[in-house]
Amino acid sequence: MSEPKKSEFSVIGKPVALVDSAGKSTGQGKYADDLSAPGMLIGKILHSHLPHALIKKIDASRALALEGVVTVVIGKDAPNTYGILPVGHDETALAVGKVRYVGDNVACVVAESESIAEAALELIDVEYEPLPAWFDPEDSMKSQSNFIHEQRPNNIEKDYHHVFGDPDAGFAVADVVLEGRYIANEVTHAAMEPHCTLAAFEFDSQTGREGRLTVQSSTQVPYYLQHKLSIVLDMPMSQIRVIKPLVGGGFGGKSEIIPLEIIAAVAARKAKAPVKITYTREEVFLAHRGRPRTIIDLKTGVKKDGSITAVAAKVIQDGGAYCSYGVVTILYSGALLGALYDIPNIKYDGFRVLTNKPACGAMRGHGTVNVRFAFESQLDELAGKINMDPVSIRRKNLLKPPCITVNGLRVQSYGLPECIDVVARESKWAERRTKLGKGRGLGMACSHYVSGAASSIIRSDMPHSTVNIKIDRDGGVIVYTGASDIGQGSDTMVAQIAAEVLGCKMNRIKVVAADTDLTPVDIGSYSSRVTFMNGNATMRAAEDIKKRIVAAAAKKLACAPEDVLMRDNIVYKRGVEPVESKSILQKVLGTSPSDKAPTVSGHVEGQILRGSVQQKRKDEGPKERMSFEEAVTSAMDNTGALSGTGSYAPPVEAKGGKHKGGGVGPSPAYSYSAQVADVSVDEETGEVTVHKIWAAHDCGRALNPVSVEGQVIGSVWMGLGQALQEEFVWKDGLLMNPTMLEYKSPSSTESPEIECFIVESIDPEGPFGAKEASEGSLAAAIPAVANAIYDAVGVRMRESPFTPERVLAAIRAKNGQKKIEMTNRVDPTAPHKLREHGGSLWFKGRGPQRHADDPSRKTTAEPVAGD
Amino acid sequence: MKKELIELKVNGRRHEVAIEPSKLLLDTLREDLGLTGSKRGCDDSSCGACTIQVDGTPMLSCTMVAASYQCDNGAHEITTVEGVAEHGALAAIQKAYGDWGGSQCGFCTPGFMMTVRALLQRNPEPSDEDIRHSLSGNLCRCTGYTQMYQAIKAAILAEQKGMARGNERTEEE
Repeated sequence: MSEPKKSEFSVIGKPVALVDSAGKSTGQGKYADDLSAPGMLIGKILHSHLPHALIKKIDASRALALEGVVTVVIGKDAPNTYGILPVGHDETALAVGKVRYVGDNVACVVAESESIAEAALELIDVEYEPLPAWFDPEDSMKSQSNFIHEQRPNNIEKDYHHVFGDPDAGFAVADVVLEGRYIANEVTHAAMEPHCTLAAFEFDSQTGREGRLTVQSSTQVPYYLQHKLSIVLDMPMSQIRVIKPLVGGGFGGKSEIIPLEIIAAVAARKAKAPVKITYTREEVFLAHRGRPRTIIDLKTGVKKDGSITAVAAKVIQDGGAYCSYGVVTILYSGALLGALYDIPNIKYDGFRVLTNKPACGAMRGHGTVNVRFAFESQLDELAGKINMDPVSIRRKNLLKPPCITVNGLRVQSYGLPECIDVVARESKWAERRTKLGKGRGLGMACSHYVSGAASSIIRSDMPHSTVNIKIDRDGGVIVYTGASDIGQGSDTMVAQIAAEVLGCKMNRIKVVAADTDLTPVDIGSYSSRVTFMNGNATMRAAEDIKKRIVAAAAKKLACAPEDVLMRDNIVYKRGVEPVESKSILQKVLGTSPSDKAPTVSGHVEGQILRGSVQQKRKDEGPKERMSFEEAVTSAMDNTGALSGTGSYAPPVEAKGGKHKGGGVGPSPAYSYSAQVADVSVDEETGEVTVHKIWAAHDCGRALNPVSVEGQVIGSVWMGLGQALQEEFVWKDGLLMNPTMLEYKSPSSTESPEIECFIVESIDPEGPFGAKEASEGSLAAAIPAVANAIYDAVGVRMRESPFTPERVLAAIRAKNGQKKIEMTNRVDPTAPHKLREHGGSLWFKGRGPQRHADDPSRKTTAEPVAGD
Repeated sequence: MKKELIELKVNGRRHEVAIEPSKLLLDTLREDLGLTGSKRGCDDSSCGACTIQVDGTPMLSCTMVAASYQCDNGAHEITTVEGVAEHGALAAIQKAYGDWGGSQCGFCTPGFMMTVRALLQRNPEPSDEDIRHSLSGNLCRCTGYTQMYQAIKAAILAEQKGMARGNERTEEE
């Protein structure tokens, strides 16, 4: 682990343990499912077994007759529609009249125990009338009837058509133009913690009736949850309190309202008792909201010197049965074609299509990952065509910041050149690439991501983050932040920033986070916005409160406020040594015994409530330094508890172009990543082994290097999962692999060494120069591996993941060998259309009951010759 | 189903609980004993978040019937993550997981604590390969495992230093 020297800071830039890490390693920390309430009941959800059907009748009388069953909730108990996007309110708590995917929510049993609730599910009689279902987005787009949502003709949720610059002219001046179809199959977050929600109403003392609702839920977006609960339950937001306990990972899977969060609240209202619902792992897979299967038709032109002249992309996303974040996802796919390289002309056609499968939503690298796979693969191929090194072609097309891209994205800090240099040097790219021998290769790719969206999904001029800080007579600093720590370490980030600005030690800071009753609004933990936005708000809140401490301290130190410095619990005059050397020695030795204040006169730890001591201190003459507590007490002498507030809204200049859909993509700052993959391919079996990934990430400034490395390595690792093994397998709309092992979440033995290099470009607007660290590195991992496979065995993989069967089929096709019939005539190097599991045959079998006229039934029967 | 009274020995203490005979050990620990440190991350023993130790052996409590692990003449001593910290301080592995980024969201961490603890009890100086293989039954979605390896090595080093000092717990711990 590298520990860069940053003597100007005492907390920032130092590796610190997450403030909640001890709770996690001892089991003391509480996640949603660890909570209970007196009289709590358990809810279990009945899911549809049909992909598309009308609900004719639901008869729950047999279930209600079972002893221990309290109530059964159905769609008409809460028919108001909601959705994470204002333009996509197409969900209801439970299905109203129609189910739209295998796993759609039909009813919820509330019972005294989980086993009773489970038994009761079997006793609910539902009468369905099956409808034709749509599984392939390209078929679905052609639909003329039986639309999944009546208000969405042809099952197209949204389409966008953007032209920036003059793409036709760009292609005309190119020396080489390549076109190709790329397919990225569907992946999901599979966070370790299954979703869980505990909802409880309390009585209102005035009316004597049901009053406020408290919901404790595994969520990345407590304030959005509060908002949607108010819509569905017809309650004012002020009557709803959402608390986020520890969250066991999100990756975007908890960044919107998951059905059980609404269902638990509706159930608690009907059952008149607290209700907890916890998803099984299979239900987590069905709730999904992951990365959609994406078909990308990509065309790129370059000149002989390697400069890119134009890019055209047509992207079709298989969005599943509900809108979810879909409109944003399809916009990100186009918008972030810009801001990585200097591309003068861009054409983008994006289609978000509805199908009868679980809804896709936001997943780490939201919208950018699959397009980046296609782009970086094609760029590698173009480099080959013009005999240019893959590293050189990327260096050739760098942006020259500060600049605004052709599609309106403002780029200020840009560490990509250094990222490329670092990974090329560390992987010994130039020396090793040609000497690796048969079956082994190196591949390079780059990626980037936003540090939060400049415009929030709910249009408003309000700040995106607000933070309050309180310091009371105990000298403790309490930071109230709406930031939702989902394991990425936002509580720690907030504590670090507050400690640095206030010049006190970390253990003086207590972070109270993500409780809608206590903390000011923050729009949530998604699109890598938290460090940038909540960090800036924290900084401003801390500076606000610091002003008052400094003013009081300046009087005591008999100097101007500008000459008052605060660091490591000491408030001192400029030019004076702040700390005795002993504590520095202790720090080197790694021992930091408590928060021992230095021996300065007037130190009154633990006694600040005693007026006589306070008076004594006031009578003392001017001094050179004092303890943090003393300075704080002086500031409080006349006012009582100190409080400060700060908020952050992205600047107007960062908000991008005015075109339709131009609100998605612009960000106050972008992170950059470059990676090199070292890969072996077994030509007999098609198995790909990744030996090592070198990943350099420009995070602006690493506030906590150990956390940044963890986030970058975690992103690359998740990208490798998508590159090599993770994939949803379908049979007529039924998910065939809804368990952690069958989905093939990589274990330690399948996870290669990933070496992280932090590049610090110091963003002018980020808190201490920091920007995004948790998502940007994911996207480059997939094309880096694809390019390394090409370098190793000469096959271009255009369909992810690069499973042994796909790689082997590609190798045999290249060698002109007889095809082994394991992929249903689908060539992964030239994918034509989406097929269940890329057309592989191993899962053949009966799917769920289908409508006789089902169009996708016909297409799945036998492959058309030559397909 | 009618409940039965059983006796479990968990983290050195005896507990009598009345449970349905089919109740799983994980649910009994979490619901009846309030030991919510062990987690349910899947339903089919694929993730390892529920790992506990029974007489030192790491086992998956999500597929164990509680009634089969009643304490019996010193057998079936159950240790959960709540029993890892000793003498009022974090165990070396717990401290190291925090310092080195071994936990991010932390949901898998209790399972890893038990697996690593069992590994180090069995083999105090494991090779890199031993560590990698012994962790393969526990899944993590945050870390990519890399920082866990660093944490485990740091913990081994800390333990060895501790031993050299005659197991004295110093102020720093």
